[in-house]
Amino acid sequence: MENILQHFSGSLNNYIILCSILFAIGVMGVLIRRNIIIIFMSIELMLNSINLLMVAFSMHHGDPSGQVFVFFVMAVAAAEITVGLALLVMIYRNTGSVSIDALKNLKW
Amino acid sequence: MNLVWLIPLLPLLGFTIIGLFPKYLNKSLVGIIGSGSVLGSFILVLTLLFPFLTGSAESQVYKLFDWVTTGSLDISFSFLIDPLSVWMMTIITGVGFLIHVYSISYMHEDEGFKRYFAYLNLFIFSMLLLVMGSNYLIMFAGWEGVGLCSYLLIGFWFKNTAYNNAAKKAFIMNRIGDLGFLLGMLFLLFQFNSLDFQHIFSAAPSAFTENSWIIITITLLLFVGATGKSAQIPLYTWLPDAMAGPTPVSALIHAATMVTAGIYMVVRSNILYSLAPFTMEIIAIIGLVTALFAATIALVQNDIKKVLAYSTVSQLGYMVFALGMGAYQIAIFHVTTHAFFKALLFLGSGSVIHAMSHEQDIRKMGGLKKYMPVTYYTFLIGTLAIAGIPPLAGFFSKDQILANAWAHSPLFWILGTAGALMTAFYMFRLLFLTFHGEFRGTAEQKSHLHESPALMTVPLIILAVLSITGGWIGIPEVLHGNNFVVSFLAPVITAPSVPHEVAHSTEYVLMAISTLAVIGAIAVAFVLFVKKSNVPSSDEKGYTPVHKLLYHKYYIDEIYNALFVKPTSWLSGVIYKLFEIKVLDAFVNSWGKGVKQGSSGLRLSQNGSISYYIFAMVLGMIVLLFLSRNSEFISTLF
Repeated sequence: MENILQHFSGSLNNYIILCSILFAIGVMGVLIRRNIIIIFMSIELMLNSINLLMVAFSMHHGDPSGQVFVFFVMAVAAAEITVGLALLVMIYRNTGSVSIDALKNLKW
Repeated sequence: MNLVWLIPLLPLLGFTIIGLFPKYLNKSLVGIIGSGSVLGSFILVLTLLFPFLTGSAESQVYKLFDWVTTGSLDISFSFLIDPLSVWMMTIITGVGFLIHVYSISYMHEDEGFKRYFAYLNLFIFSMLLLVMGSNYLIMFAGWEGVGLCSYLLIGFWFKNTAYNNAAKKAFIMNRIGDLGFLLGMLFLLFQFNSLDFQHIFSAAPSAFTENSWIIITITLLLFVGATGKSAQIPLYTWLPDAMAGPTPVSALIHAATMVTAGIYMVVRSNILYSLAPFTMEIIAIIGLVTALFAATIALVQNDIKKVLAYSTVSQLGYMVFALGMGAYQIAIFHVTTHAFFKALLFLGSGSVIHAMSHEQDIRKMGGLKKYMPVTYYTFLIGTLAIAGIPPLAGFFSKDQILANAWAHSPLFWILGTAGALMTAFYMFRLLFLTFHGEFRGTAEQKSHLHESPALMTVPLIILAVLSITGGWIGIPEVLHGNNFVVSFLAPVITAPSVPHEVAHSTEYVLMAISTLAVIGAIAVAFVLFVKKSNVPSSDEKGYTPVHKLLYHKYYIDEIYNALFVKPTSWLSGVIYKLFEIKVLDAFVNSWGKGVKQGSSGLRLSQNGSISYYIFAMVLGMIVLLFLSRNSEFISTLF
């Protein structure tokens, strides 16, 4: 444990940079990709990057609340993806495609 | 006597019950409730009247509740019971009851029977309020109420546009008069800070100097109100048009009660008028001119109700003329006798119209006396009364008016007698053309001719008896009477001036001359319309220019139309085009247009593409993140 802590008492920057890059990749995925399943994966990527950041900060400050919060985030992510996939199934059944442009009738 | 509040309440209850629950009441029950409520009020009024007759009662104010209390102004809802109000109440409920009973039979086949009785009861309530009120505000409330009922009842057969126009005309002309009344009331309010009769009348002599501009203004404004209600020049044209309503309505409202409200109001305010002799002169002149003017028009009218309508305007002119000469009690006396014989004449004409299957043109009548004897004889009594043949009612009241006229100025007497001659002439013309000679209608009408049922003839008989005996309450001392009506009403008249006295010998001569002249006029009418059977032609051929002028009522309606109605319509059209459409409508519509245009621009952002929405969301989050660096509020969102 001490080794890890010594390791962590150094700079946090690498973890922040990693999480930022992962988050940015997730955001770009949500904005650019057209397949709904890929969009869900990108959302999960964003969430997981945040999880990683939380753990990193928790280890840095020695405060376990960050890791506890990660559990909450994971539970919420699971619930959210359940609903999202159910919606996806319904969209596929009604439109026969999983493209995000499948539903675009509710417009001016 | 704490049952005073019951007197106006009974007709009001009648109105409410008949008005709210017509479906649950059949026609005879409606007739019973309607007439019964007025009978109940009449009995209660008699219990108030007898103490006054025996001289054992005092004028009293009965307060019901505080009505308007603001600042220093305190107007209470209270009734003033004194000889004048009790006298008027007796006439209203007594003659009103007879007319209600008559209406049960007259309106029997009408589908609006129940509505009719509701309105009639409402009218009795308003009229009672008018005469019982102890301040100008209650009188004004009753004043407006009778105007409303007049409108409702004139336009009773509302499916006919001409009748509706007549109703509107009556109401609007009344309102013009009411403006004068209201302004007079406001002046009084400013002067006395109260509208209470007893307060104002006791403070008036010390508050006004005689003929000061303020008292002249007040009395003239109040008289404008009386002109509208009592159909004097220039606000009289509504009354002939008001004949569009059912005949009992004409009898009750436009002969016996509502039109006398103006007379009552002036008599009630007699102290104010006696402080303004200038106004009295104007009133006398207007009354006399109206009396003559209307009498000339009545000479050539061919509709039985129009003759009686112009006769009413003329007789009201006589009453106003009496007021203008300070003979207040005589004016009320003439109100009383006029109520009897004019109601009788109108109800009799209703009987005739009923028998003639709703024909009203006397040129198509004739010889009715053998088909309807009761109607004929009662109508004859009414005609004799209005002509002023002694010893019937009209003689005593009219004679005293003329005696006052002589004392004022011989010219007034001459003009007044001329009016009486014309009255006798046109009334007997009406009688002869309707009841004498040969029947001139269609065979269809002839087969329907019948005497009216008892519910119609009994009120006629009662009113005929009253027309004969009603004048005996006012026999002047010159004829060895005690002039009861003058002494009975004397406590109400606190005027400093006294009606003019005429020497007995002069009065005998005047009486003789006027009576002989009237008999002469009747003889001329007899010769023209019975002996020579001069029936007016059925169109206007052969009418001399004077005849045409009189027949078209001096074209006054057309003049009013050109002077007042057309400019007002034009003005309202101009305002409509310039202001209503261009300013108001534009303003209101601009709000809607603005919303529409804004929304048509903004809705283009909803393009249905989910990627676009997600992108907008991300962009918004970034903007908020940047802004939260400087603002505490936004950072609380995070």
